[in-house]
Amino acid sequence: MLWLGWLALIAFFVFCWQVMTQNTIWAFVSDAPSQAGDIGSRMFPPRWSYIPQLLEPLWDTMNIATLGTLLALFMAIPVAFLAARNTTPSVRFIRPIALLIIVSSRSINSLIWALLLVAIIGPGVLAGIVAIAFRSIGFIAKLLYEAIEEIDASQVEAVAATGATKAQIMDYAVVPQILPAFAGITVFRWDINIRESTVLGLVGAGGLGLRLQESLNVLAWPQVTVIFMLILITVLFSEWISAKVRHAII
Amino acid sequence: MLRLTNLSKVYATGDRALTDVSFTVEPGQVVGLIGPSGAGKSTLIRCINRLVEPTSGQVHLGDMEITGMRRHGLRRARRRIGMIFQEYALVERLTVMENVLSGQLGYVGFWRSFFRKFPPEAVANAYRLLDRVGLSAHVDKRADALSGGQRQRVGIARALAQNPDLLLIDEPTASLDPKTSRQIMRLIVEICDERGLPAIINIHDVALAQQFVRRIIGLQSGHVVFDGSPDGLDAEVLTKIYGEEDWSATIRKTDDDVDEDLADEGEPAGVVQETEAARRERMAGLT
Repeated sequence: MLWLGWLALIAFFVFCWQVMTQNTIWAFVSDAPSQAGDIGSRMFPPRWSYIPQLLEPLWDTMNIATLGTLLALFMAIPVAFLAARNTTPSVRFIRPIALLIIVSSRSINSLIWALLLVAIIGPGVLAGIVAIAFRSIGFIAKLLYEAIEEIDASQVEAVAATGATKAQIMDYAVVPQILPAFAGITVFRWDINIRESTVLGLVGAGGLGLRLQESLNVLAWPQVTVIFMLILITVLFSEWISAKVRHAII
Repeated sequence: MLRLTNLSKVYATGDRALTDVSFTVEPGQVVGLIGPSGAGKSTLIRCINRLVEPTSGQVHLGDMEITGMRRHGLRRARRRIGMIFQEYALVERLTVMENVLSGQLGYVGFWRSFFRKFPPEAVANAYRLLDRVGLSAHVDKRADALSGGQRQRVGIARALAQNPDLLLIDEPTASLDPKTSRQIMRLIVEICDERGLPAIINIHDVALAQQFVRRIIGLQSGHVVFDGSPDGLDAEVLTKIYGEEDWSATIRKTDDDVDEDLADEGEPAGVVQETEAARRERMAGLT
């Protein structure tokens, strides 16, 4: 019985392998190493003189990520409070709507948001900002509402027992408890957004990706190398900042 | 004066937590509420300030009927009722001072409290209270940097910052070691005496209750089954409250009671000095 199971598994594997490689042209695969070596050799030496032209798109990329994250925060905070079981005004009606917003925002990749938005509001930085914001709402709101649901109810009870109003209970009992999570989530998302905004230009939404696409189109490999390195440095920088901020707050 | 009349609570799940509880607490009286877990002690004190909504019956504090109040009135009533909690229930990430001042929230508007601009008298009072509970050195520390006993002292100061007419105290010592428990109980009873404050203290530890309060109410499945002085707690009564058990180590011995003698010599009423021997004996009764 056991052997029969193994046999079935192997047969299934072989079948999958066939489906997978059906459309592969083996001639291309066989010379992959030499192709990679060829492109690699064309990428060096990097064209350092290209850097000045990259500074403005780099600035755009940072702006897309930062403004996109801020815009997302404005929308995600109310959504999170409406989605959390313990703060939502209505578990039956409003909570499902908030959850729907979160799911739809999360299920669409920012590159696809950008594709849609470039079609709607035209190419440029604004489309990138809105794309990043739309994708981040779901992420931030989901993590934040989970943090809100996990707060210690006894602290809320204690503040309520002093005769505080709803707004004061929020300010004294709820906000201090979710503040570290909130800061951590925000910085983490900003860090992700820096990475995502470097490629948004591929679909015309501004930033470094735009230059990357131009360089790829004209086969300017030495420029591509410079862009890759710049992206690497930017991501390292954002990770360093987010680590610092998280350390300072938590 | 606090008066409960036929107070009952049935939870949405159908559990009867309280059935027809009626008693009166005179001004300045400290009442110990004892009973097994699940007897309804926590529900009872939360029904008084309506953190739990009673199903039927009335609660009167002075001339206010708390049970009949709407939202605004309820907030005004709550600010006159200080509450102290088992796990302290301090806002861990706020400072000691902010925690104490949060007792004033019922008296100030939202924006003043948001910008932490409390009236100078309130701030001065908060300093006095922290001095009274022995925490003047820790004013600006964050609450989560304190030990259990210190946190409970902050909890006491927060309740007093409300200028309360009544204290509701839910298992104040359940998370503390025996020595700290006694210090905290002594502090609570002393403060109630100083201010003539009535209080209801939920307490697990019968020996501790006997040592510090002068009236005990025993709760069993939501019914009041005992109401009287701690001396009335004999094996029969304890069995009625908690069920069958060997109570000999718990019951206060009257023939060699050192505490009583000391209390007669002008100790602050209700606060009894423990001798080492008496303390050791009571520890044997701790379960």
